[in-house]
Amino acid sequence: MTKIKTQYNRRSFIKVSAAAGGGMLIGFSWLTGCVSDTNVEKVEVPNEWFDINGYIKIGDTGLVTIYSPNPEIGQNVKTSMPMIVAEELDVDWKNVVVEQAPLNTGFYQNQFAGGSLSIRLSWNALRMAGATGRRMLLEAAAKEWGVPVLDLNATQGIIKEKNGERTITYGEIASKAVGIEIPKEVELKDIKDFKLIGTSVKNVDAKKIVTGQSLFGLDFKREGMQLAMIQHPPAFGMKVKDFNEEEIKRMSGVKDAFIIDTSIKDPTWSDEKGFLQLIAIVGDSTWQLMKAKRAVKANWEVISELENSEMHLKNLEEAIASGNVEESRKDGNPDAAFKKAAKIIERTYSSPFLAHNTMEPMNFFANVTDTSAELIGPTQTPEALEGSVSKLLDMPIENITVDMTRMGGGFGRRLYVHFGMEAAAISKKIGAPVKLIYTREDDMTQGTYRPAYQSRYKAGLDENNNLIAFSVKGSGLPEGSVFPNRFPAGTVDNYLAEKMSTKTNVTTGAWRAPRSHFTAGAEQSFLDEVAELAEKDPIDFRLELFDRAIKNPVGEKHEYDAERYAGVLKLVKEKSNWGETKPGIHRGVAAYFCHSSYVAEVVDMVLENGHPKVKKVWCAVDCGIVVNRDAAKNMVQGGVIDGIGHAMYSQLTFNNGAVNENNFDRYQLMRHSQAPEDIEVFFVENEIAPTGLGEPGLPPAVGALANALYQATGQRLTKQPFANHIKTKKLLG
Amino acid sequence: MPTFQLKINGESHTIEADNDTPLLWVLRDQIDLVGTKYGCGIGQCGACTVHVNGNALRSCALQVSQLQGMDIVTIEGLSKEGDHPIQKAWLEHDVPQCGYCQSGQIMTAAALIKNNPNPTDKDIDSAMDGNLCRCGTYVRIKQAIKTASKL
Repeated sequence: MTKIKTQYNRRSFIKVSAAAGGGMLIGFSWLTGCVSDTNVEKVEVPNEWFDINGYIKIGDTGLVTIYSPNPEIGQNVKTSMPMIVAEELDVDWKNVVVEQAPLNTGFYQNQFAGGSLSIRLSWNALRMAGATGRRMLLEAAAKEWGVPVLDLNATQGIIKEKNGERTITYGEIASKAVGIEIPKEVELKDIKDFKLIGTSVKNVDAKKIVTGQSLFGLDFKREGMQLAMIQHPPAFGMKVKDFNEEEIKRMSGVKDAFIIDTSIKDPTWSDEKGFLQLIAIVGDSTWQLMKAKRAVKANWEVISELENSEMHLKNLEEAIASGNVEESRKDGNPDAAFKKAAKIIERTYSSPFLAHNTMEPMNFFANVTDTSAELIGPTQTPEALEGSVSKLLDMPIENITVDMTRMGGGFGRRLYVHFGMEAAAISKKIGAPVKLIYTREDDMTQGTYRPAYQSRYKAGLDENNNLIAFSVKGSGLPEGSVFPNRFPAGTVDNYLAEKMSTKTNVTTGAWRAPRSHFTAGAEQSFLDEVAELAEKDPIDFRLELFDRAIKNPVGEKHEYDAERYAGVLKLVKEKSNWGETKPGIHRGVAAYFCHSSYVAEVVDMVLENGHPKVKKVWCAVDCGIVVNRDAAKNMVQGGVIDGIGHAMYSQLTFNNGAVNENNFDRYQLMRHSQAPEDIEVFFVENEIAPTGLGEPGLPPAVGALANALYQATGQRLTKQPFANHIKTKKLLG
Repeated sequence: MPTFQLKINGESHTIEADNDTPLLWVLRDQIDLVGTKYGCGIGQCGACTVHVNGNALRSCALQVSQLQGMDIVTIEGLSKEGDHPIQKAWLEHDVPQCGYCQSGQIMTAAALIKNNPNPTDKDIDSAMDGNLCRCGTYVRIKQAIKTASKL
């Protein structure tokens, strides 16, 4: 066992225990959806619950409630985080129910869903929460029997005397554990002794999902609640001046209509949004509000340039040419090396703006009174929301509560809190609880997009086909997509990486695997072409580079572990039988490191009636310890579809500041018939503490797709979305 | 405001709504059946799929005034215990990620296997193509439909 100091102080435990007893943690009875019910029928529902600590509550029947601290956006943390607690508590998973914890910054840490960080940042805290609970139950039993704790053992919710006959269950001893002093040190299990972590546990909300029960923000209802919709300007660069307020107010089902202003002092990154002043319409019928929205006639004033896609491309090119470098790395003398290179290759890659398009559009419930604000809904950053609403309402943070619903997708979109603030502003204005609902069109045209990118890659080979020079210069609207210290930094003697930014009034934000998704696609398809020029197998070519980084790295540092990087390439090579040729199957490979994890993927492509289609994808993943195996596979499979789908089909284009694609009739997302038939996922087995998984599966899919497309069509596609640039004539001819 | 008699999940409901109100909003706002989801409002995403006289249709595109006398089934009424073969297969394959689109996927899939008990991959693709899943659970959905067809 590993001994580890508990990082909690006694006060924080007491605070949360008391709060739980007082009903704060368990008091949101509106949301039966916050409690998983998968197992309840198997264990008798307790008459009494005992709060062991802020993560664990044990009932007298042995049923255990574990609070899941972080927002659930589909990344499975509501199942996998409690699994970690249950492992160390050592309780049978079928006796566990899960509840979503509310925002409680005084107790939980890092209550957000972003950067693939939930498990990574809370791994120790969750283990300690479980181990602390187990220790307290053991101490309670020891006290009860008058024996030393060392003489007892706890497994699967039952405490036993090591050399005796007596046993007692967690449910039977829980009441006595409540008063036990929080241990200063707890023992964590050896990784090899894990029984639950590493297995496959079903999603705790699955039954509710497949039976259509209320779970999501948009499903939330409260007696006396009003509904509200907003109308934002039709283009970036515009602001609302006035609108036909009286006419709208007279419409059937409309209670009120007005303009809200959600600008605040000292906004932070999560407040970023397209439009601060919005027309708000309040009523009690969604459909009547939608009709009222359509009847809005507003005067919009132009406050900045109305941009278009041609201008965006030009600005990206000019930014690369400008030399206004924000972040860079240089090893050796790239200029001199390129001059003496025997072969040189240069390519430019680009990708458009994208929308997040969570299937559940933005929405939030707010109930603002003179002295309090209650916020309930889908947010990846409840703490940021609380802070921003505090500024907006000029109300102390202590008077604001945030409860998280399950989210119909996140992908970074719900890191931004404007919709929660808008709901708060509307609730304050009307003096009543309100649920704000975005239409799909509002959602897709509001902003907070994945930035548009462009990167120029150049490589030089010597007469022996060794890579002697490499450079990348990348710009973005607004931020460039270059990671100077990532691969291939450390593997090439003469290396240059430069990141540039440029301005736009289109608001952008983090979109699943920010910048990594574009960089992986560009860099990995460029390296495929470099390998071809060097007359080397693309996997062997990369392994040679990693070998250099392992044995004799260039420069002072690089961000990745070359052995783990090479490890996933070797694993995918083995599992996919790389090198074996099958008639009609065209293969591409890519590997990428981000969010502290390593993923390599092989895409098998076929041509169906001359059209390229991904048939199968092979994934090798090193994310350290895998917590919930099948759910982890699901996450990687989703990342692959996300990466391939968007690189192949999706784009947002602009004309006079307005988005051309405002719903799924024009904005293409991958559909069933376009999806791979199979995606196999293999994990590297090790004992490294878990690293990111929500995002790392996506980026390499873009590169592997581009490389398979080349094998299938003979075309090197450098502009996304690829489907718009494949010349099918050439294929059929 | 006009009133309508709707038969939903075997129960009769008297609804007061504008003629052009989509069934989706009647279900969600007025009958508290929130399993049927709003995704696009223009029949492009399938999140709002329900059964009308056994056919999988988009409830965002069905006006309340067209539906009197029809047999409407929502995800909540697909089975009493949540044990329709499609629902069971969905649980077995642990299909959902975020879960938002899944009631629509399940309703489309349930109608598919009722009419075509042993669908091929092509049959599945063509029946399911109108149902978007942003999380990318397509591979599992296909596997689950195949499993359900054997249940």
